[in-house]
Amino acid sequence: MTIAWYLAISALIFAIGVGGVLVRRNPLVILLCLELMLNAANLALIGFSRMWGNNDGQVFALIVMVVAACEVTVGLGVIVAMHRHRLPADVDSMRELQG
Amino acid sequence: MSYVVFFIAALGTLTGAIGVIALKDPFYSVLALVVHLVSLAVLFMLLQAEFVAAAQVVVYAGAVMVLYVFVVSYIGGQNLPGAQGPGRAGTLAAFACAGALLVELFIAVLGSGLKAIGTGGAHVAAGFGNPEAIGAFFLTKFLAPFEIASYLLLLAAVGAVTLARRRGGLESGIEEPAPRLSVAEFMRGRPYYTGTQHETLGRPESLPPSRVKEPAK
Repeated sequence: MTIAWYLAISALIFAIGVGGVLVRRNPLVILLCLELMLNAANLALIGFSRMWGNNDGQVFALIVMVVAACEVTVGLGVIVAMHRHRLPADVDSMRELQG
Repeated sequence: MSYVVFFIAALGTLTGAIGVIALKDPFYSVLALVVHLVSLAVLFMLLQAEFVAAAQVVVYAGAVMVLYVFVVSYIGGQNLPGAQGPGRAGTLAAFACAGALLVELFIAVLGSGLKAIGTGGAHVAAGFGNPEAIGAFFLTKFLAPFEIASYLLLLAAVGAVTLARRRGGLESGIEEPAPRLSVAEFMRGRPYYTGTQHETLGRPESLPPSRVKEPAK
Protein backbone atom coordinates (compact mmCIF):
# COMPACT_ATOMS: atom_id res chain seq x y z
CA MET A 1 0.00 0.00 0.00
CA THR A 2 1.23 3.47 -0.73
CA ILE A 3 1.57 6.05 2.02
CA ALA A 4 -1.22 8.11 0.47
CA TRP A 5 -3.78 5.52 1.54
CA TYR A 6 -2.72 5.77 5.16
CA LEU A 7 -2.87 9.56 5.00
CA ALA A 8 -6.37 9.38 3.52
CA ILE A 9 -7.51 7.12 6.37
CA SER A 10 -5.91 9.54 8.82
CA ALA A 11 -7.77 12.50 7.33
CA LEU A 12 -11.06 10.58 7.45
CA ILE A 13 -10.60 9.69 11.12
CA PHE A 14 -9.73 13.29 11.93
CA ALA A 15 -12.85 14.58 10.19
CA ILE A 16 -15.01 12.05 12.02
CA GLY A 17 -13.49 13.19 15.31
CA VAL A 18 -14.17 16.84 14.52
CA GLY A 19 -17.79 16.02 13.63
CA GLY A 20 -18.18 14.14 16.90
CA VAL A 21 -16.84 17.03 18.98
CA LEU A 22 -19.23 19.40 17.26
CA VAL A 23 -22.30 17.17 17.46
CA ARG A 24 -22.15 15.39 20.79
CA ARG A 25 -22.95 16.99 24.14
CA ASN A 26 -21.69 14.42 26.60
CA PRO A 27 -18.18 15.36 27.85
CA LEU A 28 -17.14 11.70 27.92
CA VAL A 29 -17.90 11.28 24.23
CA ILE A 30 -16.15 14.55 23.46
CA LEU A 31 -13.04 13.18 25.16
CA LEU A 32 -13.36 10.03 23.05
CA CYS A 33 -13.57 12.17 19.92
CA LEU A 34 -10.41 14.02 20.99
CA GLU A 35 -8.77 10.61 21.20
CA LEU A 36 -9.90 9.94 17.64
CA MET A 37 -8.25 13.13 16.42
CA LEU A 38 -5.00 12.43 18.28
CA ASN A 39 -4.95 8.93 16.81
CA ALA A 40 -5.46 10.33 13.33
CA ALA A 41 -2.45 12.58 13.90
CA ASN A 42 -0.49 9.57 15.14
CA LEU A 43 -1.33 7.62 12.01
CA ALA A 44 -0.15 10.49 9.82
CA LEU A 45 3.05 10.83 11.85
CA ILE A 46 3.84 7.15 11.54
CA GLY A 47 2.97 7.19 7.84
CA PHE A 48 5.40 10.01 7.21
CA SER A 49 7.98 8.28 9.40
CA ARG A 50 7.69 5.22 7.16
CA MET A 51 7.83 7.39 4.08
CA TRP A 52 11.18 8.92 5.02
CA GLY A 53 12.50 5.73 6.58
CA ASN A 54 13.18 7.68 9.77
CA ASN A 55 12.28 6.73 13.33
CA ASP A 56 11.74 10.28 14.57
CA GLY A 57 8.04 10.27 13.69
CA GLN A 58 7.45 7.18 15.79
CA VAL A 59 9.07 8.82 18.80
CA PHE A 60 6.82 11.81 18.21
CA ALA A 61 3.80 9.49 18.08
CA LEU A 62 4.75 7.97 21.43
CA ILE A 63 5.02 11.43 22.98
CA VAL A 64 1.58 12.22 21.55
CA MET A 65 0.27 9.10 23.26
CA VAL A 66 1.70 10.31 26.58
CA VAL A 67 0.04 13.70 26.14
CA ALA A 68 -3.23 11.96 25.26
CA ALA A 69 -3.04 9.87 28.42
CA CYS A 70 -2.50 13.03 30.50
CA GLU A 71 -5.42 14.73 28.80
CA VAL A 72 -7.66 11.74 29.47
CA THR A 73 -6.64 11.63 33.12
CA VAL A 74 -7.36 15.30 33.77
CA GLY A 75 -10.52 15.25 31.62
CA LEU A 76 -11.95 12.26 33.46
CA GLY A 77 -11.07 13.97 36.75
CA VAL A 78 -13.08 17.00 35.65
CA ILE A 79 -16.00 14.76 34.67
CA VAL A 80 -15.94 12.99 38.03
CA ALA A 81 -15.84 16.39 39.77
CA MET A 82 -18.84 17.48 37.68
CA HIS A 83 -20.66 14.37 38.80
CA ARG A 84 -19.78 15.11 42.44
CA HIS A 85 -21.20 18.60 42.14
CA ARG A 86 -24.45 17.18 40.77
CA LEU A 87 -23.98 18.83 37.41
CA PRO A 88 -25.59 17.13 34.42
CA ALA A 89 -23.24 15.45 31.96
CA ASP A 90 -23.66 18.21 29.41
CA VAL A 91 -20.93 20.53 28.22
CA ASP A 92 -23.44 23.35 27.84
CA SER A 93 -24.02 23.36 31.59
CA MET A 94 -20.35 24.10 32.29
CA ARG A 95 -20.38 27.85 32.13
CA GLU A 96 -18.22 28.78 35.08
CA LEU A 97 -14.59 27.92 35.60
CA GLN A 98 -14.62 28.10 39.37
CA GLY A 99 -14.17 25.18 41.67
CA MET B 1 -1.87 -10.19 1.45
CA SER B 2 -0.93 -6.82 2.88
CA TYR B 3 -3.70 -5.25 0.77
CA VAL B 4 -6.31 -7.48 2.40
CA VAL B 5 -4.99 -6.75 5.88
CA PHE B 6 -4.88 -3.04 5.13
CA PHE B 7 -8.47 -2.88 3.95
CA ILE B 8 -9.79 -4.94 6.86
CA ALA B 9 -7.91 -2.77 9.35
CA ALA B 10 -8.92 0.46 7.63
CA LEU B 11 -12.55 -0.64 7.66
CA GLY B 12 -12.20 -1.44 11.37
CA THR B 13 -10.75 1.96 12.20
CA LEU B 14 -13.42 3.84 10.27
CA THR B 15 -16.25 1.71 11.63
CA GLY B 16 -14.99 2.19 15.17
CA ALA B 17 -14.64 5.94 14.68
CA ILE B 18 -18.16 6.26 13.31
CA GLY B 19 -19.43 4.08 16.12
CA VAL B 20 -17.88 6.41 18.69
CA ILE B 21 -19.85 9.40 17.47
CA ALA B 22 -23.03 7.60 16.41
CA LEU B 23 -23.83 5.36 19.38
CA LYS B 24 -26.04 6.94 22.02
CA ASP B 25 -24.77 5.07 25.05
CA PRO B 26 -21.27 6.29 26.12
CA PHE B 27 -20.40 2.76 27.19
CA TYR B 28 -20.85 1.48 23.63
CA SER B 29 -18.85 4.47 22.38
CA VAL B 30 -15.95 3.35 24.55
CA LEU B 31 -16.21 -0.18 23.17
CA ALA B 32 -16.27 1.19 19.61
CA LEU B 33 -13.12 3.14 20.41
CA VAL B 34 -11.46 -0.10 21.53
CA VAL B 35 -12.25 -1.62 18.11
CA HIS B 36 -10.83 1.50 16.49
CA LEU B 37 -7.62 1.39 18.53
CA VAL B 38 -6.94 -2.29 17.88
CA SER B 39 -7.48 -1.83 14.14
CA LEU B 40 -5.21 1.20 14.23
CA ALA B 41 -2.51 -0.92 15.86
CA VAL B 42 -2.75 -3.26 12.86
CA LEU B 43 -2.19 -0.28 10.56
CA PHE B 44 0.85 0.69 12.66
CA MET B 45 2.20 -2.83 12.23
CA LEU B 46 1.77 -2.52 8.46
CA LEU B 47 3.83 0.68 8.63
CA GLN B 48 6.54 -1.26 10.52
CA ALA B 49 6.04 0.66 13.75
CA GLU B 50 6.12 -2.43 15.94
CA PHE B 51 6.81 -0.77 19.26
CA VAL B 52 4.20 1.94 18.76
CA ALA B 53 1.64 -0.73 17.84
CA ALA B 54 2.43 -2.71 20.98
CA ALA B 55 2.26 0.41 23.14
CA GLN B 56 -1.02 1.33 21.47
CA VAL B 57 -2.63 -1.97 22.41
CA VAL B 58 -1.18 -2.20 25.92
CA VAL B 59 -1.47 1.42 27.04
CA TYR B 60 -4.39 2.72 25.04
CA ALA B 61 -6.72 -0.18 24.34
CA GLY B 62 -5.80 -1.64 27.72
CA ALA B 63 -5.19 0.89 30.46
CA VAL B 64 -6.80 4.08 29.19
CA MET B 65 -9.94 2.30 28.04
CA VAL B 66 -10.29 0.57 31.40
CA LEU B 67 -10.15 4.03 32.99
CA TYR B 68 -12.90 5.17 30.64
CA VAL B 69 -15.05 2.15 31.43
CA PHE B 70 -14.64 2.79 35.16
CA VAL B 71 -15.70 6.42 34.83
CA VAL B 72 -18.67 5.54 32.60
CA SER B 73 -19.80 2.98 35.16
CA TYR B 74 -19.25 5.48 37.97
CA ILE B 75 -21.25 8.36 36.55
CA GLY B 76 -23.80 6.02 35.04
CA GLY B 77 -23.44 7.10 31.43
CA GLN B 78 -26.83 8.70 31.61
CA ASN B 79 -28.41 10.06 28.49
CA LEU B 80 -29.23 13.69 28.72
CA PRO B 81 -32.86 14.56 29.00
CA GLY B 82 -33.85 17.11 26.42
CA ALA B 83 -30.56 18.49 25.22
CA GLN B 84 -29.56 15.60 22.98
CA GLY B 85 -27.45 17.21 20.32
CA PRO B 86 -27.59 20.61 18.72
CA GLY B 87 -30.72 20.05 16.64
CA ARG B 88 -31.07 19.22 12.98
CA ALA B 89 -29.66 22.44 11.55
CA GLY B 90 -26.78 22.41 14.00
CA THR B 91 -25.96 18.80 13.14
CA LEU B 92 -25.97 19.59 9.43
CA ALA B 93 -23.72 22.60 10.00
CA ALA B 94 -21.34 20.50 12.13
CA PHE B 95 -21.02 17.82 9.49
CA ALA B 96 -20.59 20.47 6.80
CA CYS B 97 -17.68 21.87 8.83
CA ALA B 98 -16.19 18.39 9.23
CA GLY B 99 -16.61 17.71 5.49
CA ALA B 100 -14.95 21.00 4.58
CA LEU B 101 -12.07 20.13 6.89
CA LEU B 102 -11.80 16.71 5.26
CA VAL B 103 -11.58 18.23 1.77
CA GLU B 104 -8.99 20.68 3.02
CA LEU B 105 -6.92 17.89 4.57
CA PHE B 106 -7.10 15.85 1.36
CA ILE B 107 -5.91 18.85 -0.65
CA ALA B 108 -3.17 19.61 1.84
CA VAL B 109 -1.87 16.06 2.15
CA LEU B 110 -2.53 14.34 -1.15
CA GLY B 111 -2.05 17.40 -3.33
CA SER B 112 1.17 18.38 -1.62
CA GLY B 113 3.34 17.24 -4.51
CA LEU B 114 5.48 15.00 -2.31
CA LYS B 115 6.94 12.43 -4.69
CA ALA B 116 7.35 9.73 -2.07
CA ILE B 117 3.69 9.82 -1.08
CA GLY B 118 2.79 7.50 -3.93
CA THR B 119 5.36 4.90 -2.97
CA GLY B 120 5.43 2.35 -0.23
CA GLY B 121 8.05 4.36 1.64
CA ALA B 122 11.81 4.41 1.69
CA HIS B 123 13.82 1.26 2.00
CA VAL B 124 14.47 0.62 5.68
CA ALA B 125 16.83 -1.64 7.55
CA ALA B 126 15.61 -4.70 9.42
CA GLY B 127 15.50 -3.07 12.84
CA PHE B 128 13.23 -0.20 11.85
CA GLY B 129 10.73 0.67 14.57
CA ASN B 130 11.52 -2.16 16.95
CA PRO B 131 11.86 -1.46 20.69
CA GLU B 132 15.64 -1.34 20.52
CA ALA B 133 15.67 1.47 17.96
CA ILE B 134 12.96 3.47 19.74
CA GLY B 135 14.61 3.02 23.12
CA ALA B 136 17.97 4.16 21.79
CA PHE B 137 16.30 7.26 20.40
CA PHE B 138 14.61 8.00 23.71
CA LEU B 139 17.86 7.79 25.63
CA THR B 140 20.05 9.72 23.23
CA LYS B 141 18.49 12.06 20.70
CA PHE B 142 15.13 12.59 22.42
CA LEU B 143 16.20 12.48 26.05
CA ALA B 144 14.73 15.89 26.92
CA PRO B 145 11.23 15.14 25.51
CA PHE B 146 11.31 11.81 27.36
CA GLU B 147 12.02 13.49 30.71
CA ILE B 148 9.49 16.24 30.07
CA ALA B 149 6.88 13.59 29.26
CA SER B 150 7.54 11.90 32.59
CA TYR B 151 7.02 15.19 34.45
CA LEU B 152 3.85 15.77 32.44
CA LEU B 153 2.52 12.37 33.52
CA LEU B 154 3.31 13.15 37.16
CA LEU B 155 1.54 16.50 36.93
CA ALA B 156 -1.49 14.91 35.28
CA ALA B 157 -1.73 12.26 37.99
CA VAL B 158 -1.54 14.85 40.77
CA GLY B 159 -4.03 17.07 38.96
CA ALA B 160 -6.53 14.25 38.46
CA VAL B 161 -6.38 13.29 42.14
CA THR B 162 -6.82 16.94 43.15
CA LEU B 163 -9.79 17.38 40.84
CA ALA B 164 -11.62 14.20 41.68
CA ARG B 165 -11.06 13.92 45.42
CA ARG B 166 -13.85 14.43 47.91
CA ARG B 167 -13.69 17.81 49.60
CA GLY B 168 -14.74 17.12 53.17
CA GLY B 169 -17.26 14.49 52.22
CA LEU B 170 -20.41 14.94 50.24
CA GLU B 171 -22.69 17.84 50.88
CA SER B 172 -24.54 17.39 54.17
CA GLY B 173 -28.14 16.34 54.00
CA ILE B 174 -27.72 14.26 50.88
CA GLU B 175 -26.02 11.31 52.46
CA GLU B 176 -28.21 9.31 54.81
CA PRO B 177 -26.72 8.09 58.09
CA ALA B 178 -25.73 4.47 58.02
CA PRO B 179 -28.20 2.14 59.82
CA ARG B 180 -26.92 1.20 63.26
CA LEU B 181 -26.74 -2.45 64.13
CA SER B 182 -26.75 -3.14 67.84
CA VAL B 183 -24.85 -6.02 69.38
CA ALA B 184 -27.98 -7.52 70.92
CA GLU B 185 -29.65 -7.53 67.56
CA PHE B 186 -26.64 -9.19 66.09
CA MET B 187 -26.45 -11.86 68.80
CA ARG B 188 -30.11 -12.76 68.70
CA GLY B 189 -29.54 -15.06 65.78
CA ARG B 190 -31.49 -15.62 62.67
CA PRO B 191 -34.24 -18.06 61.91
CA TYR B 192 -33.22 -20.95 59.75
CA TYR B 193 -32.97 -20.41 56.04
CA THR B 194 -32.58 -16.64 56.29
CA GLY B 195 -29.43 -14.86 55.27
CA THR B 196 -28.48 -17.71 53.02
CA GLN B 197 -29.30 -18.77 49.52
CA HIS B 198 -32.26 -20.72 50.87
CA GLU B 199 -34.05 -17.44 51.41
CA THR B 200 -34.15 -16.64 47.75
CA LEU B 201 -34.14 -20.09 46.26
CA GLY B 202 -36.68 -21.60 48.62
CA ARG B 203 -36.34 -24.85 50.41
CA PRO B 204 -34.29 -27.37 48.49
CA GLU B 205 -36.37 -30.17 47.08
CA SER B 206 -33.48 -32.53 46.66
CA LEU B 207 -32.72 -32.86 50.36
CA PRO B 208 -34.62 -35.58 52.14
CA PRO B 209 -36.98 -34.01 54.66
CA SER B 210 -35.69 -36.01 57.58
CA ARG B 211 -32.26 -34.39 57.41
CA VAL B 212 -33.45 -30.80 57.14
CA LYS B 213 -34.32 -29.04 60.35
CA GLU B 214 -37.54 -27.12 60.21
CA PRO B 215 -37.18 -23.40 60.90
CA ALA B 216 -38.23 -22.35 64.35
CA LYS B 217 -41.61 -20.66 64.27
